[in-house]
Amino acid sequence: MTLKFASQESEPVARNAWLSPFLFVTLIVLGVLSLLIGRYEISPREVFQILWSSFYKFEAFDDDNQWIVVQVLRLPRILLAVLSGAGLAVAGAALQGIFRNPLVGPEILGVSAGASFGGVLAMSLGLVSPAGLAPLAFMFGCGAITLAITLSWLAGQSSTIGLVLAGVIVGGLFSSLTGLVTYSADAESKLPSIVYWLMGSFARATYGQVAFAAVVALIAIPPLFALSWRINLLSLGELDARALGLKTKKLRLAIVALASLLVASQVAVSGGIGWVGLVIPHLARMLVGPDHVRLLPVSALLGGIYLLLIDDLSRSLSETEIPIGLLTSLVGGPVFAIFFVRLRNRGWNND
Amino acid sequence: MTELRGMELEAEFAVVGKELGLAYKEGFWVIKRLSFSIKKGSVFAILGPNGCGKTTLLKIILDLLQPQVGSIHKRGEMALVPQLFQVSFAFSALEMVVMGRAKKIGLFSQPGLKDRRLALEALERLNIADLAARPFPELSGGQRQLVMLARALVAEADILVLDEPASSLDFKNQALVLQWMKRLSRENGLTVVCTTHQPQHALAAADEALLMTGEEGGLVGRADEILSEANLKRLYGVDIKRLSFEHLGRVEEALTPVYLKLS
Repeated sequence: MTLKFASQESEPVARNAWLSPFLFVTLIVLGVLSLLIGRYEISPREVFQILWSSFYKFEAFDDDNQWIVVQVLRLPRILLAVLSGAGLAVAGAALQGIFRNPLVGPEILGVSAGASFGGVLAMSLGLVSPAGLAPLAFMFGCGAITLAITLSWLAGQSSTIGLVLAGVIVGGLFSSLTGLVTYSADAESKLPSIVYWLMGSFARATYGQVAFAAVVALIAIPPLFALSWRINLLSLGELDARALGLKTKKLRLAIVALASLLVASQVAVSGGIGWVGLVIPHLARMLVGPDHVRLLPVSALLGGIYLLLIDDLSRSLSETEIPIGLLTSLVGGPVFAIFFVRLRNRGWNND
Repeated sequence: MTELRGMELEAEFAVVGKELGLAYKEGFWVIKRLSFSIKKGSVFAILGPNGCGKTTLLKIILDLLQPQVGSIHKRGEMALVPQLFQVSFAFSALEMVVMGRAKKIGLFSQPGLKDRRLALEALERLNIADLAARPFPELSGGQRQLVMLARALVAEADILVLDEPASSLDFKNQALVLQWMKRLSRENGLTVVCTTHQPQHALAAADEALLMTGEEGGLVGRADEILSEANLKRLYGVDIKRLSFEHLGRVEEALTPVYLKLS
């Protein structure tokens, strides 16, 4: 459905070829507009002046409130929201491809649960600053997927279903550990910040976090894009993919590892944000079809736009910030229910 | 497994299996002392009851399983036409065919114009170019089977391996797929290896057949000779009649099981 023919002789033309450039421009425009949103009113003209000045003025001028609002408060959280959304959506699209199942999300491998535990553990140990808890969260996220892969390997189940089961086991284990630490945390001093962090937020975004998320994205996203056509082949199933010459086990592990890096880094910088990696790839698939070569980049752009918009809502809907994770599940749940019903009607089959 | 260019694999053969043995569990041989040679450019059918090891043998031929005993030699590249299957995502027919180019496309690369052109040519070869843009899951069983055949063609393989190519198709599409198997062997010089549950398909399309009787070695030989009433009774444990009749001025033969009647 993604292809049509201009004439019998010519090459097939990809549908919606303009979509990626359009989404990219949309993302930039929304990013700039998002700088205007917030309690402290700044005119578009002032925002542009501040952005422009940052190209040649590097020293901060502490007394300039507008500068602080734009450069210190709003810009990093906008960048972080876009990076997190893009990473989650790409991870989700890649995992749905290799698990041959459009109804799985990146949470299925236990990475989010592991990273959440790492973050909560750090906070209970007194490491409440973004820079303090991120390393532990990231490490536990990576640890969780290593554990899941090892477990599936020990069980002699390097197959898709083996990996998913191992991920569910590891995820369940870390969720209960998170519950344990949360339960025993000091109700006055630590519990509120833990609960708030678990619901996800970009409110405390720093350039350090932006740099961290950007580095992980640069490590993980280009190889996933490069492997995107192989994800098409993996989605055909084990026997067929192997007959087409793929080293399925290695390839699947590599893709799982790269997707896990993205998920772990997102949790490390912004806490628990669900549904993005599940819903956005669906939306992308509706727009450009199932070919992962086009699906992954479009998912990245849509994911960035989506979390940016959700973050704008979270800081403008009410007096106090609404946690991101709450909004993504409030929006994601119903939207996904619609996809689910539509898929059933189309006779989706995963044999 | 080795691909031999020298003496061991005579030039006229595409695949030679010698004394093959494979057991999934110790002592339970799925395949035991199986020997066969498949001539280049011929159609070779593998028959046997459920669980006799047909699919296992296909995997051995495709290099996806290693036999524990014996040796298998092959000359040329293989392409699989899997059993009529479902895809998880609604790729277009053309996208499906392009996937056949996998072995020619680097790990981090994506198919280019040449690959799409070859895919389109393969669809044209099978007279289904009009399906190119259609979503694969929306095609009929026969159309899907032909698309998968086109996918095998773009692999530029010498040996096509088909798993139950005509089993779940209606009569017209059975005839179409069987005809294409024969034509690709005669006109393109491809070696075609297939499994089938229908002896009449083997009789109609295959030059040679292997009957996996479960006994050591099985039975192998020219299709019209080996597909005898006695051999098929031995293979399936039911009576199968081989009938001759005249049709459009030619003598045709058919195989049909004799189903038990209640009463």
